[in-house]
Amino acid sequence: MTHSVAVVTAGLSEPSSTSLLGDRLTSAVREAFGGDVSIVTIPLRPLAHEITNALLNGFAAAELQSAYDAVAAADTLIAVTPTFNASYSGLFKSFFDALPADVLVDKPVLIAATGGTERHSLVLEHALRPMFSYLGALVVPTGVYAASSDWGSGAALGERIARAARQLAKLVVAAPAGPSADPFADVVPFEELLRG
Amino acid sequence: MQFGIFTVGDVTPDPTTGREPTEHERIQAMVAIARKAEEVGLDVFATGEHHNPPFVPSSPTTMLGYIAAQTSRLILSTSTTLITTNDPVKIAEDFAMLQHLAEGRVDVMMGRGNTGPVYPWFGQDIRQGIPLAIENYALLRRLWREDIVDWEGQFRTPLQGFTSTPRPLDGVPPFVWHGSIRSPEIAEQAAYYGDGFFANHIFWPKEHTQRMVELYRRRYEHYGHGPASHAIVGLGGQVFMRKNSQDAVNEFRPYFDNAPVYGHGPSLEEFSAQTPLTVGSPQQVIDRTLSFREYVGDYQRQLFLMDHAGLPLKTVLEQLDLLGSEVVPVLRREFDALRAPGVPDAPTHASLVAARSEVSA
Repeated sequence: MTHSVAVVTAGLSEPSSTSLLGDRLTSAVREAFGGDVSIVTIPLRPLAHEITNALLNGFAAAELQSAYDAVAAADTLIAVTPTFNASYSGLFKSFFDALPADVLVDKPVLIAATGGTERHSLVLEHALRPMFSYLGALVVPTGVYAASSDWGSGAALGERIARAARQLAKLVVAAPAGPSADPFADVVPFEELLRG
Repeated sequence: MQFGIFTVGDVTPDPTTGREPTEHERIQAMVAIARKAEEVGLDVFATGEHHNPPFVPSSPTTMLGYIAAQTSRLILSTSTTLITTNDPVKIAEDFAMLQHLAEGRVDVMMGRGNTGPVYPWFGQDIRQGIPLAIENYALLRRLWREDIVDWEGQFRTPLQGFTSTPRPLDGVPPFVWHGSIRSPEIAEQAAYYGDGFFANHIFWPKEHTQRMVELYRRRYEHYGHGPASHAIVGLGGQVFMRKNSQDAVNEFRPYFDNAPVYGHGPSLEEFSAQTPLTVGSPQQVIDRTLSFREYVGDYQRQLFLMDHAGLPLKTVLEQLDLLGSEVVPVLRREFDALRAPGVPDAPTHASLVAARSEVSA
């Protein structure tokens, strides 16, 4: 069975260490699924204006809507942000602020972040994990934080990436996301609404 | 088919001059706009209801009663009446009174309101918006249809032996529209009762309107009120016109760029492509408006938003002249030619009285 994976990366430069980490995680997840995956990569920089407009107007323009549709349709999500001011970037947060409600409920999510130094590694635990928990996602226990120094030292980062990917694959297999409910197709009959 | 205007009643500084009208000027401007609507041959004037600045229309039936006295043909309506935070008893009384004063030229559009603090100011909770809309409207219907009501619900103090006065004119309550942007429960509510459904339509991509209207039509038929294609649908629209379309764009752009709700976001061009906003020549407005029918089917009421974002009264009156002389006569003719046989008009007081006599005869 082919598993679909959406990869959201919020790096601002191109290339960025954030998109590089996204690529590494994607490869590891592909391997964890035995290669049978379809990947949709969603870099946020090209969507920055549409994300702002969606916050201001309450609806997503076409490209942003297809990104949201891709996230909704995917079996799982990999979300990678740079660390800004000890938290996720504003663009990363805004993308999820404008995401339609309930899209991430019961969806396995792998969280990851990049940063200049190791000292911000807990950004995963104090910023990303609570946000995705609030959104109802099944957040993989292992998050992946990559500081600049990790790109030039030993195998630790690669091992952590592999462990996170294995855990994600287990979650996806154990808790496959069902089709999301369509309130327009399955409307609640009015007699039921009247009973309150 | 009915054509008209709906107003939010915002007090917004004119971004080209910085001048902000007083509340008094804005209220008088709304009355002038309503009178102009009748003068140029439109059918409907609808006012919003708000309970916070920068909006003035907190008391719609007071305003509509005054306009009723100054007009003779115009249907007076709302966009919307807050079924969540108003006491349904007061809505029943106010609109029945308005019916008598306006000789039946009244209908009403129910809406929930999306301003968080208004709910607690009126003793309610926005998280109960849908249940409030459902219970309050169920009571309102009974108050208009039954002379003596015993009632008990979740949200309002119970009623024993209550008679809402005055009774509706000729025993026929005002026709009701339900307005919603994207809550399927409200389309379901409109369908259940066989009431009208109004899609705000503006400020949003047409897909929202399309799927709400589809649901409403499907469920209207399900509840046995008639075929889906005969359900009563109204749409909003938003236009700014000049003879020369580039003049319209140039003149409207500063109002667009600084407008409450959508300003400082996408460009006028993007927003015009994404939503029903049409800025251009009268012919462009005609073409765009005719295209609405392609995704909602034959519909009964088209209201335009003409007077927001700080546009001066003089400009709004010029817009209404263009709407009445160059746009609406063509739309009436074209929609009449396109409409499938058998599609009913929107109910009016006269048609509801006639329908009731048929039933009792």
